[in-house]
Amino acid sequence: MENFAALAYLVSGVLFIMALRGLSHPTTSRQGNRYGMIGMALAIVTTLVVAGPSSNEGVLLIVAGLALGGFAGAQIAKKVPMTDMPQLVAAFHSLVGLAAVFVAAAALYSPVAFNIGVPGDIHAASLVEMSLGVAIGAITFTGSVIAFAKLDGRMSGAPIMLPNRHLINGALAAGLVFMVYTFIQTQDVFWFWAITAAALALGVLIIIPIGGADMPVVVSMLNSYSGWAAAGIGFTLGNEALIITGSLVGSSGAILSYIMCAGMNRSFISVILGGWGGDAAAAGGGEAGEQKPYKRGSADDAAFIMQNAGSVIIVPGYGMAVAQAQHALREMGDKLKEAGVDVKYAIHPVAGRMPGHMNVLLAEANVPYDEVFELEDINSEFSRADVAFVIGANDVTNPSAKTDPKSPIAGMPVLDVENAKTVLFVKRSMGAGYAGVENPLFFFDQTMMLLGDAKKMCEDIVKAMD
Amino acid sequence: MADALQTLRDAAEAAASSAAALAEAARGVAAEAAANAEAAAPVADAAAHASGVDPFVFRLAIFVLSIFIGYYVVWSVTPALHTPLMSVTNAISSVIVVGALVAVGADAAEGATQATKIFGFIALVLASVNIFGGFLVTERMLGMYKPKEKK
Repeated sequence: MENFAALAYLVSGVLFIMALRGLSHPTTSRQGNRYGMIGMALAIVTTLVVAGPSSNEGVLLIVAGLALGGFAGAQIAKKVPMTDMPQLVAAFHSLVGLAAVFVAAAALYSPVAFNIGVPGDIHAASLVEMSLGVAIGAITFTGSVIAFAKLDGRMSGAPIMLPNRHLINGALAAGLVFMVYTFIQTQDVFWFWAITAAALALGVLIIIPIGGADMPVVVSMLNSYSGWAAAGIGFTLGNEALIITGSLVGSSGAILSYIMCAGMNRSFISVILGGWGGDAAAAGGGEAGEQKPYKRGSADDAAFIMQNAGSVIIVPGYGMAVAQAQHALREMGDKLKEAGVDVKYAIHPVAGRMPGHMNVLLAEANVPYDEVFELEDINSEFSRADVAFVIGANDVTNPSAKTDPKSPIAGMPVLDVENAKTVLFVKRSMGAGYAGVENPLFFFDQTMMLLGDAKKMCEDIVKAMD
Repeated sequence: MADALQTLRDAAEAAASSAAALAEAARGVAAEAAANAEAAAPVADAAAHASGVDPFVFRLAIFVLSIFIGYYVVWSVTPALHTPLMSVTNAISSVIVVGALVAVGADAAEGATQATKIFGFIALVLASVNIFGGFLVTERMLGMYKPKEKK
């Protein structure tokens, strides 16, 4: 029976691998998601067969728990707007973290049921795995809650810098190691909860100094943490499905964090140390000096220029998501295509608040995925394009990243929009981007600023084209 | 004719008896093997313990290999699908629900206390939100990715 269960868990681990594999292309992705669901169902059924409840009460609790959580989850999945995906994912990470804490607690209180020893004499290895799982789980929980609050605007995106925060974090981390050691020695429940409390505090302290714009890295990092927490619990339970999944998720999140850091040309360490980049509003005060001349245009001007262009490349950014402008933007794109203009979309890896955020929003607005291109695939095309239409993006188009080695964003890969014959720049006001860096692009001869709300501007352009 | 038949019958009888003898011998061998195996089992067991081939090591091997699989599989994910990647990894990491199910299903004979059941139940609800929410929202997102319509 135990061999059967181990094999079944192995199969569900393989199905999870295939779920990720499916995401290599949009055409295979839904099939992949189905594999994931089958894998999950298999893992649940297997567990119920080998360690199912022996009492009616147990059956009732399981049915109630699944129904309650399942209903809530399904409702959330159905109703959440696509622009809120970053905070939803952050919230989901927090649930995995908290679930890991509670599973570890259950294992500690009833070691016999989990086959890891008897109370007071739990295997040392299990205690190590359990304490790692609970510590990472608790950090994931509070860290994700903070990330959620920042992304959802329930809390300012500006970094919160405590005095001596590195000292506090260091002391807390050292304290955690001590508590884990003591817990393994004494097996005292008190130390288990002490580890949990310290890790919860550490999760808050790690995330609060990180600014809103660095959230793509934070969300990916917490994704990775939730995986390692699951893997830790997987070792405690001796469950292959959990170990496989935990390591898949852990490495997935780590790779995404790496891609996001590379997209900003920043080291992972500097992001985690925090203090960089609050919200655009917080950093927008840097334009007090002399006002350089710039060209300002209207929706009619923009409509005229684009309708007479041969090709237009649209560059969306976080501002488009905030203004919910993706549908109006797609309408504008459709009108242009009707007029015989070649329309493409260019996406920077860190545009938006999470990896792939812009792609989902464009997909939601029915933009076909084969019109949407990544930075390295489209960057050379700007020199052949008539118009670059930048909407809600700023720093990712800043040419000073290439020309000014002293710029805070020096070396960051940027979209070469200045190579297009005309740059139309939709922006709420003339403020700087989140990095507080002025964008010299605004003052180039070929640039026309379209100041106003992104959604309203797109709608006005559509009207002007009729 | 009759002679030939008799010879054949003799031959068949001889064959049958030797087959029976063989079967007997085989049975003996089997019994011996079983006995050996029985004797060997504790030895193997002891050997496994003595040489320290702990199940932990196997799990560690699975863990390390899965990290490598994850590394290569995730690099092959197209950047356009990075958001669904996050939501689906989130959904599958809720397989931690298996731990919650064991806790809720544990009975008093296994030393399950009220606390175990409560912890397990909370974990079960949290993980279920994630399982259903994660997979369904991924499904919803993936349904939006459409290729250009052929005209």
